[in-house]
Amino acid sequence: MLLVGIALMAAYAVLAMILIYVERKITAFFQARIGPNRVGKYGLFQTVADVLKILIKEIIHVNNVDRFLFYTAPFFMIIASMLTFGAIPFGKELHVIDFNIGVFYVTAVSSVGIIGVLLAGWSSNNKYSMIGAMRSGAQFVSYELSAGFALMTMVVLSGTMQFSEMIESQRFCWNIFNGHISSLVAFIIYLISGHAETNRGPFDLPEAESELTAGYHTEYSGLQFGFFYLAEYLNMFIIASIAATVFLGGWMPIHIKGLDTFNQIMCYIPSYVWFFSKVAVLIFTSLWIRWSFPRLRIDQLLNLEWKYLLPINLVNILVMVILVLTGLTLTDLF
Amino acid sequence: MEVHIVFYILSLIIAVFSVMAVTSGRLIRSATYLLFVLLATAGLYLILGYQYLFAVQTAVYAGGIMVLFIFAILLTQRPGGRITPESVKQRVFAIILSVAGAFFSGFIIISNIGRVSHLVDMKEIDSRHIGMTLMGTGKFQYLMPFEVISVLLLACIVGAIMIARKRS
Repeated sequence: MLLVGIALMAAYAVLAMILIYVERKITAFFQARIGPNRVGKYGLFQTVADVLKILIKEIIHVNNVDRFLFYTAPFFMIIASMLTFGAIPFGKELHVIDFNIGVFYVTAVSSVGIIGVLLAGWSSNNKYSMIGAMRSGAQFVSYELSAGFALMTMVVLSGTMQFSEMIESQRFCWNIFNGHISSLVAFIIYLISGHAETNRGPFDLPEAESELTAGYHTEYSGLQFGFFYLAEYLNMFIIASIAATVFLGGWMPIHIKGLDTFNQIMCYIPSYVWFFSKVAVLIFTSLWIRWSFPRLRIDQLLNLEWKYLLPINLVNILVMVILVLTGLTLTDLF
Repeated sequence: MEVHIVFYILSLIIAVFSVMAVTSGRLIRSATYLLFVLLATAGLYLILGYQYLFAVQTAVYAGGIMVLFIFAILLTQRPGGRITPESVKQRVFAIILSVAGAFFSGFIIISNIGRVSHLVDMKEIDSRHIGMTLMGTGKFQYLMPFEVISVLLLACIVGAIMIARKRS
């Protein structure tokens, strides 16, 4: 039990380091640069060096802040993302907790993180931080609704909230194909709102450098800033892996009904390789979007959610219910 | 055994932070202490093996209501501001009221605890069962209360729009 916990925490940290390296390399690719290339071959040890640097940095004590809240805030972020991380099925049998309310657990627990952001912004006693936190709060609360509804659509399709059963039901047909129109809409909405929830891409206005210095974590230094940074990267991974699990079949290899030898060959590729490659594709897409679109204004951001995504989502759930009840999903048809 | 230790830790958190929530001089800190109480209560549900209630408690209270509280405080209070203490008369009244409340709920708990002769082993309640109970129309199924609550929420939404709309 203890070992599992330690392994999970280690995986959390290592994944964050890998993600930071990958992000920097891909960003460089999109901006026609080389990226980190000095420390180690291809700059492979750049993030290791960065992590060591952030670990030995001094934590600067700021005057006139609410001490207790200022030091608790980063923990909310990191604990929320770590709790979510524990529920992800990384591979066959490689699943720490398999709640029967899996999807609901993930949405519930990840909503605690925003409190960290709000408290950080408030306790910093700084107008930039405050505005950043307010923006982040408004953004997260609105887009959480969309993400939840998109996941609910898929719960309607697979008839369960448990991740393991959900993956099992996608053995021959991924959910994104199974529910065709409705699933595709839900998938796109989930990716957009997942992006917005993690404060990334075109939705990074809580920490818009040109207006707000760094938003809610302006006053943080050293490892405390590291916590925010780590949680942000891991949240990107978590959103991608939940999208992969719910829509793209998680660790389940590609199977085609009737082609037994093909299925057998596909099973020789380990399940975690399938999982991580699906996640990698989604993360690449997320970075692609991040570096391709200009930043939205706050009113555009809220309009997008409340005037477009939410109504589409509500109609989409209804369409999915009709599809399932009338037996028009792909598995029912063929 | 471990369950007992975790239970005592959670109870201690709930007890201490409940008191701190009402004695703290800063509104935002009170909200944070209240959040700890709510999260610890969610932990108690997890000990009982009732995961659905755990998730509801976390999503609704910690993720929903507390965010609204903190937002309201952020919009109305000044950073570093303190609440002015209530008058002595108010405090005495509050103490009497809370002691009476404690006695009342204590009485209910003590008078009912004798009726439970043995604790039934909780088996995992699956979400399908919960859904049927909430949405069914049969015996021991609660569609009617569910709909009544949704009417209440609708009234709240209409009220909020009435307050927020632009007056011409």
